[in-house]
This record gives sequence, structure tokens and C-alpha cells, in this order.
Amino acid sequence: MTVTALTSTEEDPAPTSVTMAKALNRALHDSLAEDENVVVYGEDVGRLGGVFRVTDGLQAEFGTERVWDSPLAESGIVGTAVGMAMAGMRPVVEMQFDAYAYPAFEQIVSQVAKMRNRTKGRVSLPITIRIPCAGDIGGVEHHSDSSEAYWCATPGLTVVTPSNPADAYSMLRESIASDDPVIFMEPKSRYWMKDQLSLPVTTAPMGRAQVVRAGNDVSLLAYGSTVRTALAAAEVGAEHGLSVEVVDLRSLSPFDDATVSASVRKTSRAAVIHEAAQFGGFGAEVAARVTERNFVHLAAPILRITGFDTPYPPPKLEEHYLPTPERVLDAIETWDWEL
Amino acid sequence: MSIDVPTTGRALPELQPVRFIGANGQPADTDTAGLTPPSLSTLLGLYRQMVHVRRFEAQVTALTKQGRLATYPSAAGQEATEVGATTALGPTDWLFPTYRDSAALLTRGVPVAEILAAFRGDWHCGFNPYEYHISPAATPLATQTLHATGYAMASKLKRRGECTLTFFGDGASSEGDAHEALNFASVWQTPTVFVLQNNQYAISTPLRAQSNATMFADRAAGYGIPGIRVDGNDVAAVFAAVSAALERARDGEGPTLIECLTYRIESHTNSDDPTRYRDSAEVDHWKQLDPIDRVEKYLRSHGALDDVGNEEILASAEVLAASVRDAMNTDSELDPTEIFAHVYANPRTHLREQQAILEAELAEAGRR
Repeated sequence: MTVTALTSTEEDPAPTSVTMAKALNRALHDSLAEDENVVVYGEDVGRLGGVFRVTDGLQAEFGTERVWDSPLAESGIVGTAVGMAMAGMRPVVEMQFDAYAYPAFEQIVSQVAKMRNRTKGRVSLPITIRIPCAGDIGGVEHHSDSSEAYWCATPGLTVVTPSNPADAYSMLRESIASDDPVIFMEPKSRYWMKDQLSLPVTTAPMGRAQVVRAGNDVSLLAYGSTVRTALAAAEVGAEHGLSVEVVDLRSLSPFDDATVSASVRKTSRAAVIHEAAQFGGFGAEVAARVTERNFVHLAAPILRITGFDTPYPPPKLEEHYLPTPERVLDAIETWDWEL
Repeated sequence: MSIDVPTTGRALPELQPVRFIGANGQPADTDTAGLTPPSLSTLLGLYRQMVHVRRFEAQVTALTKQGRLATYPSAAGQEATEVGATTALGPTDWLFPTYRDSAALLTRGVPVAEILAAFRGDWHCGFNPYEYHISPAATPLATQTLHATGYAMASKLKRRGECTLTFFGDGASSEGDAHEALNFASVWQTPTVFVLQNNQYAISTPLRAQSNATMFADRAAGYGIPGIRVDGNDVAAVFAAVSAALERARDGEGPTLIECLTYRIESHTNSDDPTRYRDSAEVDHWKQLDPIDRVEKYLRSHGALDDVGNEEILASAEVLAASVRDAMNTDSELDPTEIFAHVYANPRTHLREQQAILEAELAEAGRR
């Protein structure tokens, strides 16, 4: 078993340009180095380094007993992770694409999510299920789904999604260290997004939402890929005299009611933005929670700016489906601002 | 560059199941696949446990009909497979059972009240898995076969020497998870024993509606692992086959699929009505192949059991039955707020808020 010198996890002195994919890769690396119970497996995560290269170089460094290619069967991947976690391991498994996690649905919903409760807390399952999610990458059918509502509707699961490289590193480290099973949703279209940062980095605890741009007129509640959309809308809004606050939810379950409510009480107006279809989507939960807690502070109904209630479209049409900054601003304009 | 092609594990099992003891207690003359039968003293212990298990199943079924349990799936008729396979396990090995394997839990020493907590509706899993090395009994069938494979993989990676055994049935064999588990276990060469209890029925669905294959044990060849078919009503054959498979697993030779031919004598659960889908002649036929009678005859004919010894075993089974009645006739004290206690390792604000609602309701009802 390879044990990597701890020097590799020491603070790097100067910030460098880091993609989200690289930050995730480094998080896996550092977790593998720190805890010998961490193992990484899934489809093509070994020599290839994963179809998005998030596991690049890990097998070469840690060996095939820590990082390996599994058979192509997602229920098998998650179901074996349950057994491994029962035996004291911390498996980090990859579902190659969002829609390919569906064969594992039963294991995730009936086993992973419920084991701790079923056994009165005697059996914890510290499993991290990484799901590359959402669209905007020109993917063919079944490669661009947003499945968060399914996972969030299941008690027992923690569901988080980073929107930037620093959070990607910090939240993945925290997920792997968590004794609760975590659905870790990685917005594919942001894998190549770069930031200047030093790794390792510790950002806010992953259960917290973060105000990533302060404003006074409207709160845009976004997560994963749509945080960038919201920030772009805020830029354009500012040119037109609109002061937009952007909240990166980061954790969908648990939901940080306090941070979101504080923002909404300041601005009195809120819109939630996600790629997933609207009907029965996560935005409905956000709208309901925010309304229940802040009704008298609201000047307008909460809007949901989302993908349409259609299956995800083919690549040449996805630009018409995805919420854009323009669609966000158009939606905001429908409010009666005189109220 | 050459591509490795596995060449082992291609032989198909014998059609005739391995059997040491025939239905009338006589030594069987079938091929026993090189297996070693258990000693007479081991066999006596297995017989004793089978008698206990049958009395347990009868008592729990009766209590269920009296309304003391919400539901109960009996394994009456399958005692040889339940007891033979479970007894072969070492103390550090792990069992991954289904809901019909209470007999196995009893055999492994789980207290009666803890076994039956789920069926009387107290909690989903009533025992501590780490205390008995048994995972919670799976209700979504075949899911547990993957857990057994994963646990065994961890044992292999950590060189802990623990093996796993999972029970699944002819019905569960149709689930994708059963296929995935056999394949993963073979590819990863995990120390796992797959015990397929072919009891002929999945609730009402008969074997012929479940599979068109000659036998389930054949499937092993397709996964590149050994498969064997045994008489699941012969405890000697089950014990010998599972012991050999565990030995292979412990020696690093990977998983084994064992098909045990047996029969579910009772209904699926108390809410089932088997007269709708099978006739009594079929049940009577299988009662002639009873797993307990034949061992008793075998032991008596080999001088290992007499009337006095048998009376003692039957009397101890009555003591067990009395303890089952005592346990189930005691009202359980449940704290409704415990439904919030174990959902997450990291507590959640909104669950605390919901718990407060329930606590207020309980206080108003005078229950707090």
C-alpha cells in the first residue's frame, strides 16, 4: 500500500491557475494520502483517469488497491461501496455521467440513505458518490441530466454541489471525511473553469450557503453551474442600475435557511435558478421554504428560472433550454417593481 | 500484446445435486463432488439447531396469527440450508441475509427479541450488526449480495481474513444486483460465498416463471467461478459445500455459487394464501423430503442419537419457544421521537424543528 509523503499536502506558496477538475483531482489525492481507508473506484477511473480526467494520475501514485476500474455497473459500484463502508472503508465512487447514476438508484435511496437510521446509528456509511452533472457541454442524450431533486427528496442523503475550484477542493475533502453519505454533484460545464488559488484550501463549511456578490434589489439563488449564470446576470443588471445579490447555495441538503433568508429579507425579492426542469424541481422547495420563512418581507413572488419541462434537448438546441443571464433578467423584469 | 483469457471455472456443475443423506436417512449414493461430510458430532449439533429453528418458526408464525407480530416470513422446510450454511461460518465471517433468514440469525446467536424487532414493527433492524457480524436483513432482494461482495473486497484489501456469505433466492436471482454481485465478486476475486436458496417460489411465482435455465448453479461458469448444486434439504451436503467454499475463499481463491434445492413449506408470509397457486400434493411431496427427519434417522442409525438424547433436544426447543412467547408478549416501549435520532451523523436544524412539532403533539396527548 502506497503512503505518500505529507509534503504533497502542505500549503503551496503562490496561487496558480487551477481548474475545477484539477481541484477535485487534488482533493482526491490528498484524501487518499491522508486516510488509508479511502479508496476510489468506478468506470475508467484507473489508467485513463476518468472520462473527465478527475482521477488523473491517482492509480499511478496510489496503486490498484486504492484506485481501480470497476465493471460497468452502477448499482454494483454503489452496492459494493455499502459493503466496503460497513467494513470501515471510505469509498469514493464515480458515476460516469448523471443519467448513468440511475441504475444505482435503489442502492442509493434504499440502502445508502437508510442504513444509519435502520441500524439506530450503529452502521454509518461514509460514502462519497461523485456525479458529474448538468449540461452545456454539447453532450448527446443522457449526458446532461440534472438529478438533484431525486437525491434531495431522500432523507439520509447529503447533497452538495460546488460552483468554483476552491469549493470543489474543500467540499470534496469535507464530503470524504463526513460520516454521512454524500451525493457530490460536479457541474460538468465548470470542470475547466479556472481560478487563481493555492491548494490545499479550506472554504466555508459545506453546509453553508455563501453570498458571492452583494446587492440590494434582488437575491439570485443559484448552485453549481448556474452560479456563473447568476453572476453574469448581476453584471448586466448593474449596467442598468439593478443591484443584484447572488447566493451560492452550495449545499442543497441540508439547506442553509439562515443565509438565504437573511439575503431575501434584505432584498425582498428572490429568484432561484437551476438547469433542471421546473416541475417538481429543487426550485420549488427553495421557493416554498423561503416563502414560509419570509412571506411578510417579500415584495414579489419567488421566481423559478430553470430548464423547461422537457427532456434535455440535443446538443444543437441546448442553448435554448439552459437558463441564460438574459432569461434571468427578463424574468426579473416581469415583477411589478412599483409594489 | 496478448489478452488474458480466463480458463478456469468453466466446468458445469453436475445435474444431480450433491447429497450425503437421503430422504429416508440412508447414506446417499450420488457423486459428492469431493466434499467431506461433517462428523457425527457436528451433525448432531446441526440437528439440534434445526429442531430449534423449526420450533422457533412455528412459534413465531403462531404469534403472528395472534397479532403479536405485523408479519412473518417463515423458512420452515429450509432449515438444512439456513442452519448448515450459517454454522459453517467462522466467528469473524459476515452474513448478509434476507428477511426470510431469521433462522440464520438465531443460529448465529442473535437474541429473539432483536431478531423479531423488525417483524413486530419496533424498528427496521433490531440488532447491532457489528456484534453478530450480520448485516441488516435485506427486504429489497439481491441488494445484499452486493454488500457482501463489497465487505469481502474490504476484507481482502485489508488482509483481514474475513469471508462473507450471502443468502438469496430463486426470485432474487432475477434481479440485476444478483448478476452484478456475482460478476464483481469474480472480477475482484473476493472471499464471498453466494448461497442461492432455490425454494421454488417467489411469493406465488413458481420457478418455471422465474428462469428457463437448467439450473441456477450453471450460471457460475458464466462468471468464471465454481458453481455447485446441493440438496438443500440435506444439512450435511450444505455444511460440506459451504465449508469448502469458505476454505477456498480464505485461501484467496475467490467466490463460489452454491445452489441449494429446497422448498418453502409455509406461505410467503401470514398474509399470503398458497392454496391459490399450489396444491397440497406438491407440499406433501416435499414434506416427504423433510430435512430434519432424515438427519434424525441417520443419527439414530449411526448410534449418535437415542430417545433420551432426542427428548432433551425437543425439551430445549420448548424452552426456546417459551422465550419467544415471553419476548413477544411483552409490550415494547417505543420513543416516537427516535425516528429523528439516527437519520444523520451530522444533526440538522430542520429535523430538530420537526421533532419539536412531534414533541408538542406528544405533550398535548399526555405522552410526555
